[in-house]
Amino acid sequence: MRYSILSLARQALAGHAGWPEAWRKPAPKPRYDVVIIGGGGHGLASAYYLAKLHGIRNVAVLERGWIGGGNTGRNTTIVRSNYFLKDNAFFYEHALKLWEGLSRDLNFNVMFSQRGNIILSHDFGGAEGAKMRYNALRLNGIDGEYLSREEVRRRVPDLDFSPTARFPVFGAVNQVRSGVARHDAVAWGYARAADALGVDIIENCEVTGFDIVGGEVRGVRTTRGDIAAGKVGIAVAGHSGQVAAMAGLRLPIETHLLQAMVSEPVKPFIDTVVISPGLHVYVSQTDKGEVLMGGALDGYNSYSQRGTWPTIEDVVSASVSLFPRLRGLRLMRTWGGVMDMTMDGSPIISKTPIRHLYIDGGWCYGGFKATPGSGWVFAHTIANDAPHRLNEGYTLERFRSGRTLTERGLGNVPHHH
Amino acid sequence: MLLIDCPCCGERPEDEFGFGGDATVRHPNEAGAGDPPGIEAFADYLYLRDNPKGWHSEFWVHRYGCRRWLVVERHTVTHEVRSVGLAASGGEG
Amino acid sequence: MTGVKGARRVPGAGLLNRAPAAGFSFDGRRYSGVAGESLAAALVANGEHVVARSFKYHRPRGIVGIGNEDPAGLVTLARPTGDEPNLRATMVELYDGLAAHGQNAWPSVRFDATAVTGFLSPLFPAGFYYKTFMGPAGAWPFYERVIRRIAGLGEVPVQADSEIYASTHAHADLLVAGGGVAGLQAALVAARAGARVVLADENPWFGLGALADPATIDGRPAWEWAQAAVEELAELDTVTLLSRTTVAGRYEHGFAVLCQKLRDAPPAAGDPTPRFRLWKLRVNRTIVATGALDRPQVFTNNDRPGVMTVAAAVGYLDRYGVLVGSRIAMAVRDDAAHAAAARLARAGAEVTVLDSRDTGSGMASDAGATVEWRSRVVDVAGRSGIRSVRVDGPRGERWLTADALAVRDGWSPTLHLYAQTGGKAVWDDARTMFVPGTAEVGAVTVGACNGTFGLREGLAEATAAAAALCTDLGLAAATGAPAVEGDIGMSVGDGQGVASRGRKHCFVDVQNDVTLADLDLAVREGYRSIEHVKRYTTLGMGTDQGKLGNINGVRAIAEARGEAVSAIGTTRFRPPTVPLPMGVVAAHLSPDQHHPMRRTAVHQMHEDAGCVWLNAGAWLRPQFYRRGTETDLEAVNREVMAVRENVGLVDVSTLGKIEIAGPDVATLLNRVYTNGWSTLKVGMGRYGIMLREDGMVFDDGVTTRIAEQHYVMSTTSGGAGAVYEWLTSLLETRWRDLRVALVPVTEEWFAVAIAGPKARDVLARVAEGFDISNQAFPFMGARTGRVAAIPARVNRISFSGELSYEINVPADRATELWSALLEAGAPEAMAPYGVESMGVLRLEKGHFVIGREAEGRTNPYDIGLGRMVSSKKWFIGKEALEFPEMKNPRRRQIVGVVPVDKRERLPRSAHLVIPERPDEVGGSQGWVASMAWSPVFDHDIALALVEGGHGRIGERLAAYSPMDGKRVAVDLVAPHFYDPDGGRQIG
Repeated sequence: MRYSILSLARQALAGHAGWPEAWRKPAPKPRYDVVIIGGGGHGLASAYYLAKLHGIRNVAVLERGWIGGGNTGRNTTIVRSNYFLKDNAFFYEHALKLWEGLSRDLNFNVMFSQRGNIILSHDFGGAEGAKMRYNALRLNGIDGEYLSREEVRRRVPDLDFSPTARFPVFGAVNQVRSGVARHDAVAWGYARAADALGVDIIENCEVTGFDIVGGEVRGVRTTRGDIAAGKVGIAVAGHSGQVAAMAGLRLPIETHLLQAMVSEPVKPFIDTVVISPGLHVYVSQTDKGEVLMGGALDGYNSYSQRGTWPTIEDVVSASVSLFPRLRGLRLMRTWGGVMDMTMDGSPIISKTPIRHLYIDGGWCYGGFKATPGSGWVFAHTIANDAPHRLNEGYTLERFRSGRTLTERGLGNVPHHH
Repeated sequence: MLLIDCPCCGERPEDEFGFGGDATVRHPNEAGAGDPPGIEAFADYLYLRDNPKGWHSEFWVHRYGCRRWLVVERHTVTHEVRSVGLAASGGEG
Repeated sequence: MTGVKGARRVPGAGLLNRAPAAGFSFDGRRYSGVAGESLAAALVANGEHVVARSFKYHRPRGIVGIGNEDPAGLVTLARPTGDEPNLRATMVELYDGLAAHGQNAWPSVRFDATAVTGFLSPLFPAGFYYKTFMGPAGAWPFYERVIRRIAGLGEVPVQADSEIYASTHAHADLLVAGGGVAGLQAALVAARAGARVVLADENPWFGLGALADPATIDGRPAWEWAQAAVEELAELDTVTLLSRTTVAGRYEHGFAVLCQKLRDAPPAAGDPTPRFRLWKLRVNRTIVATGALDRPQVFTNNDRPGVMTVAAAVGYLDRYGVLVGSRIAMAVRDDAAHAAAARLARAGAEVTVLDSRDTGSGMASDAGATVEWRSRVVDVAGRSGIRSVRVDGPRGERWLTADALAVRDGWSPTLHLYAQTGGKAVWDDARTMFVPGTAEVGAVTVGACNGTFGLREGLAEATAAAAALCTDLGLAAATGAPAVEGDIGMSVGDGQGVASRGRKHCFVDVQNDVTLADLDLAVREGYRSIEHVKRYTTLGMGTDQGKLGNINGVRAIAEARGEAVSAIGTTRFRPPTVPLPMGVVAAHLSPDQHHPMRRTAVHQMHEDAGCVWLNAGAWLRPQFYRRGTETDLEAVNREVMAVRENVGLVDVSTLGKIEIAGPDVATLLNRVYTNGWSTLKVGMGRYGIMLREDGMVFDDGVTTRIAEQHYVMSTTSGGAGAVYEWLTSLLETRWRDLRVALVPVTEEWFAVAIAGPKARDVLARVAEGFDISNQAFPFMGARTGRVAAIPARVNRISFSGELSYEINVPADRATELWSALLEAGAPEAMAPYGVESMGVLRLEKGHFVIGREAEGRTNPYDIGLGRMVSSKKWFIGKEALEFPEMKNPRRRQIVGVVPVDKRERLPRSAHLVIPERPDEVGGSQGWVASMAWSPVFDHDIALALVEGGHGRIGERLAAYSPMDGKRVAVDLVAPHFYDPDGGRQIG
């Protein structure tokens, strides 16, 4: 059933008894042309584009828990394409363009709202550096503007503009077209749309092993039986290492913990996303009114999804120093995700040494914003057994050739990226 | 918040320490003692990691204390710590 | 007393009957209350039924609970230190002059015009926003603005909160979370055995669960026993009693965060008592005694103001002497509720107990209450207060007049603290509750939160647990539990299912307006897992974190799915258990403490000399020194020319310094630098660049050999700590056989450079103990002696390209040296210069800088230092230089850049582009890393990283900044502008 104000009204009169399931719950078939491991945004998007753009519909998405239950349901929902290196800039910009039409494409409101992404500069040097990175953006055909201190004050009046601010607002750069989206809606929207095209979404199905013969993958073993597959794509974010190990692969990934937290809901107060490089914090406000705050990684390998207290102190202190009015609010909820941090800070969307086995992972902080883009190129890579121009640089080989992609010029220390 | 039992300083909270990563990786030709490794072996050393979901032998440095390097065995799900030793004594996992 | 309507105070009842009166206002209406009672009690006593409005439908909301579990009684407190929104009325203690008002309603919570959404509610089921607002293009932002305005609860205070918050650390043997009877007993056992105990309870009193309990403990009424226990604990130095304190979170290794409230009233003038204090506690063992909450029943219109839990109804009487109504109906199915009914009846209310069981206790009827068995409540009438309740009994249905309705379906153990450290709850089907499942090392749950509801059993459990923990700690505890008489015990009837009929206005989450119909819809649409349902319907995502609603939600989902509750599970429990004031979380470190600014030892002298300050990483350094009305450029040009033609003085004490000693130092240096160190003689220094293992340049500096086995390494200012850690990690984790000791000494020394052709003349006046002639002290020499009678190390290092001496003295002699040098340089009018001028000087020489030209993606060849890469020895990064990409001719490489028309200024932050195609997408050829006006050359100069730059010298490009709309034609030149052969620094 198509979603619209009309169907909503019609169903309202019928007591909402007639809404169909958003996606079916089929039992797994013995064989699929493509099996995607991981029912997060990336896996679901890949399945959708395989069906929609490549006509490959005999596809299953296997999710060991409930779809969108990993990082897709835990991120801070920021969408942007203001990356410095060309590979990243072009890829994320492609994703951003897909975001701009996504709700209509999926017939599911993912609540994509382009409200800008304001990165503060705290001194002249910082502003120079930010401008240089935004010049790169502009020369890659992507939007970006510089805001003077006064312009920042008009846009975000509640920042600390007092003369005693430890990290004063000198200016800012802003990508106007960036914004936020509702993370759960992205998983559900892709699931529903993929399901409508015939993709089987199999929840509570954990992959326990691969069937690999002669260097080629033939299928997977799961808690719900063996499933044969022509091709297999891995899209499991923080657990990439575990799944890859089942295929005998080691990855340039370390899994780290990233926390986020929200205040109690309050009336609208911040209508954009504000980032302070000096304080290592970013702040926005959800449509429910919660002030959403995030910062740096906890700093050591973890799959616990529980965060450490010092990070919470850091993030809250930093948010309060950016927005002094936050001091009187209350912190309502904190949570954490498992981040697949690569050794260069950039993602991996690649063939693997095993024929017909592909991997989408290593997203660091960039996974949610990439979702439509990664699904799009991963589907292309799987369908054509070759990367698209947009993910040519995201191969596993780059770690052997030395063509690593490090946005901030840092080395092989994952938790620095 | 982890409590790490530094052999020099006693039990101290995690925010006095810096994390140093997997303690089990070995340079294929440390200090150039033998034949130069192939670029693949070196790349694997530089970039590939076990990244276990379970016990992890890792380095920590007591940055705001004695500044010594430690080898810690920690479970990456429960964060239980089962051993802490000085790296310089060869206390490795 | 029939005929009296509504709530009222019972004279002599409650714990505060000797407290003074307190005047307060709600939404501008003035009332009288009792100081120290909860605002909720005061509102109920004064007949204010509607305290708030719900999040989505804006239905009227009243008081449901008596503590932090209350779901929707949220108010804004107006305070001189800044308004506080979203405060739970049940947790605010009344003070004279308190002013509160409702929120999220217009014009007021009593008459909310925005409640019209309630009538349109069928159009706004759970998740309605996913199904619409998709078009036309640009529609969502419009609708979103409307939704955002309607959403949110309180307003963000206009004035930044100026309340006092504090933070403290503490250590103890045992944390007891929860000061009810079980918690008190556990604390007693441990404290008597000598353990250091912290006992925390979120209420102003400990032992509140015993208030309504008719049983006796060791022969005394339960409440008396509890108060005696508190007195005994208060006497002990080893016990910290924290009332009004929530345990907000438990973390690994015995770490817990507690939030203590010290007052609700605004601060009195001069009183430093904080409002809240954060306790960061590290304990050996924890006992979780967090009790259990009444679980509300779910039926049509169960969200009406006046519907509350049984614990709340009897609690307002016992704690505050407030009878919540004159005609109180009770919908229950357990015996303890009959005891509560008896108390309400004896206090003067007309009580009707509607018990769904066949039979049970006679306590209520003995006290004069009406008891109807096999009866249930199925609806409530009255929008802003109860008028009547609909009873479904053996003789059919009827309306029963009532002004308050107390409900209890059973209990839900409070499991948040237990589960935060990974404990898994399991469903007890017989008693319809989740109880702790897995055990935890070092922590144990006791009492009601562990599913142990009998008073005798709870005390025994707490005793055994505390005794066992004492044994772990090496203490001997008494193991005898107190004797209990007259325990009511617990008997709960069979679960009646979640609701009898109609689903639309049967509320499971009263703050977020989530009904059974919403949960049915979610399951029908395939959102079946508890997490999907929670996110789709927002069940339990409000500020009450679902304390009263989540279990009913889980049961409803199980019913809708036709599965057992054990198959559904619970959502994850995350800290904080109760929302934490951001001010108290941020209390520990101010931004200045968190990111301290570092100052050099002569900071004040720079200030006095009129410098303009620069934030250089964590350091405050002089950018330049302005004289008179000089512009910035004039000041910098003057300083640069002073160094080029005369002599200048610069503070370089931020550079990192590490002393390195031992037989194997040269080996270490050979391994960490790309060039060779075996030939470095005593009394000489050498410049080195350090690579990461991936071959990229990450630090540089001069290392001097001051004795056979004693060297001093210099690092960049920003790299001081990182390089020290890098070296210690190599020595401790990889090269343990090297005999090398390191000492970081950056802060121990004060360092300056005097630079310029006259530098030797100036030095001659103050140097002692070493020959400063060019032959005796050549370029890169390192000497020890005295300067201005201060012990000094002097190195002939040049960053500026002129004759230059770096003078290092102990940091406590810094101001002495600075003054002495200025005096010594007076004949040449030697003047200080700052970081910006230093930047121009090094740029003219073409020196790269870490962070600009060496920006983490450049290897030594890229920055033109291939000659420093030894082919004769192994060093860190050597293998990486063999990566195929390292040989890519299109790598970004350092070049010089000058404007074609020398009068044009280069744009800042520019990239290099092909002049014919400046706006070609992806057309950047590289970027400018550093640029400055050169007073020597009288035009702008720059260093840039350009793809394949080494082979493009002579090419004409354009320097382009689209952000500023500026583009200037430039030539690529060799990256050494001034004195490329280096003669000036050698002489």
